[in-house]
Amino acid sequence: MLLKIITLLVVAVVAIAMPYLVELYQVEVLIILLFNLILAQSYRLVNTTGDWSLSHIVTMGVGAYASALLTKSLGWPFWLSVPFSGVVAAVIGFMIVFPLLRTVGFGFFIGSFALGEFVRLVWVKFHQPFGGPRGLINIPMAEIGSIDLSDSIVYYFFCLLITAISLWIMYRIDRSHIGDTFKAIHTDPTLCETVGIRVPRYRAMAFTMGAFFAGVAGALMAHHQGAIDPHSFEATLMVYLIIYVVVGGVETFWGPVLGVITMTIVFEAARPLEEWRPLIAGCVLIFFLVVMPGGLEILIPRVAGVLRRLPVVGRLLPKPGT
Amino acid sequence: MAMLEVKDLVKNFGGLSAINGFNISVEEGEIRGVIGPNGAGKTTLFNVISGVYKPSSGAIHLNGEQISGLSPSEIAIKGAVRTFQRDALIHDFSVLRNVTVARHLHTDQTLLKTLFGNIRKSREFDERKAIEILEFVGLADLKDELAANLAHGLQRVLGIAIALATEPRLLMLDEPVAGMNPTETAHMTEVIKRLHQERGMTIMLVEHDMKTVMGICEKITVIDFGEKLAEGLPQEIKENPKVIEAYLGAEEIVA
Repeated sequence: MLLKIITLLVVAVVAIAMPYLVELYQVEVLIILLFNLILAQSYRLVNTTGDWSLSHIVTMGVGAYASALLTKSLGWPFWLSVPFSGVVAAVIGFMIVFPLLRTVGFGFFIGSFALGEFVRLVWVKFHQPFGGPRGLINIPMAEIGSIDLSDSIVYYFFCLLITAISLWIMYRIDRSHIGDTFKAIHTDPTLCETVGIRVPRYRAMAFTMGAFFAGVAGALMAHHQGAIDPHSFEATLMVYLIIYVVVGGVETFWGPVLGVITMTIVFEAARPLEEWRPLIAGCVLIFFLVVMPGGLEILIPRVAGVLRRLPVVGRLLPKPGT
Repeated sequence: MAMLEVKDLVKNFGGLSAINGFNISVEEGEIRGVIGPNGAGKTTLFNVISGVYKPSSGAIHLNGEQISGLSPSEIAIKGAVRTFQRDALIHDFSVLRNVTVARHLHTDQTLLKTLFGNIRKSREFDERKAIEILEFVGLADLKDELAANLAHGLQRVLGIAIALATEPRLLMLDEPVAGMNPTETAHMTEVIKRLHQERGMTIMLVEHDMKTVMGICEKITVIDFGEKLAEGLPQEIKENPKVIEAYLGAEEIVA
C-alpha cells in the first residue's frame, strides 16, 4: 500500500514537472504521448479478448470528426463534445464489431481493416459534412467557459487529467470480473460459453469500450491540432499503434504504457533522422519480435526481483504474487 | 417431470448419423451413467445436449423447457452445464480465479459496480463463494496455484469446480476419470458421489471406465450406433447379453 502511494506520487510529480523540464516544442511531444497512452491502453482493452483490430485508429478518427463537427457546426461547448465524441466512437465501434463477431483471428483482423477503411472512405467521399480528402480545418480550440486551454502547457495539464481518469477506469476494468472474463475468452471461448458467458456480447463490449476511449483521445487531438483529415487515420498509424503494444506487451496493464513511453523517447532521440522514422520503427519491431516477444513488461518482475534484494527498498516491496 | 428429457434425437454429419433416434429421461436428483463402445455417439450426445451442435431433429427439454437449438451459453444459463474430456480451464489463471470467472452468472461485479462501486468488496464476495466450492471438491489448499501447474487429475477436478460455479441444475460430466491413475480416480469418484448425496445434484455422466460407472450410477443407459441399446440397473446392464456383445464382443464385462 505504502509502495503504491509512493509510486503514484513519483509518477504524479514527474508528470507535473515534465513540461517545465523540456523545451517548448517538446511539450507538443508530451501531449501526443498522452493521446497515445489512452490510445494504446484502449487498444489493449480490445485486445484482451484475443481480437486484434485494425480499425482502432479509425475509431479514434470518429471521435476526432465528431468533436470537430459538434463544436464547429453545431456550436457545442468543448467540455460536452469531448465525452460525447467518445460515445459516438463507441456507437460506430459497435457497428464495426457487430458483423465481425462471427469471425475470429485472421478473419477478424482483415474484416476490421475493411470496415475501418469503409468509415475512412466516407470521410474522403462526402465533402458535406466531412470536408472530403482535405478534411476539416478551423476546429475551435479547447476552452472551458472562459478558460482558454489552447496554450500548450495548459492543454498538457488538461490532457493529463483526462488521461489519468481514462487509464484509471481501464485499470479498474482490467482488475475486475469483466476484465477476467475478457481474458478467459481469449484463452478458451468454448469453456466460457459453457459457464454461461455470452462470448460475442463480451467481445463486442471490449471493442465498444476501447472505441469510446479512442474516440476521447481523437477528440482531444482534433481540438489541439485545429485540423484533421482522413490521412491522419490511415492504416500506417495503425502500424505504429501495433508497435507500441508489441514493444510494451499486452499481457499486463503496464505493457502499453511502457511501449508508448519507450517509443516516444526513441522517436524523440532519433528526431534528426525524422525521414527514417518508418525504418527505425521497423527495426525496433523486428528487434522486439525476435529478442523479446513478450515486450518490455516481462522485465517488470525481473526488476522487482532485483529491487527486492536491496536493503531498504526491498522491505517496502510486496511479496511476489501479491 | 423429468429434469432432462431427450426425445427421438437425431444428429447427422453429412450422410453419417451419429445419433439416431435416441431417447433418455433423467429425473431430478438422479445420477445417470451413459456408456457405450468407442464411436457409439456418447460425446456427440453431450455436444448436442449442451448446444455445441444443433440437433438434426428431435426434442430436448430441461425442466419442461425446450432447449434444443439454443447456444451453449443460453443452455448454461438455463441450468445444464457440462465438463470436458480435455482439461478445459484457463491455464494462466490461478485455481481460485478460474472459479471466480466461472461464477459469471452470479458475480457481484456488474458493469456499474466495476466502474463506480467498491470493487474490492465485490471481489471478496465472489471469492468467498468460489472458495466454498473449492473446499467442497478439495482444492481449497491449492487456490493460489496456477491452474497449469496442477496434476492432470486435479485439473479435471477443477473442471468440475468450474462447472459447479455456475450453480447448475443438471451437471453433465464427459468421461470424468479418463486418463487418471487409481488415486485420482478415487478422489474424482468421491467428489461425484458427494455431489449427489450431499447436494442432491442431478448428474449425467458419460464414461468409459466400467468400474467407475457401476460404482457411482444408480441407472445406466447403453448407447451404440447412436441408438439406445439397453437401460437399467448396473447389475442388469452387466448381465445383458446385447450389451456384452456390443461393448466387448466378449463373454462378460470386466467389473
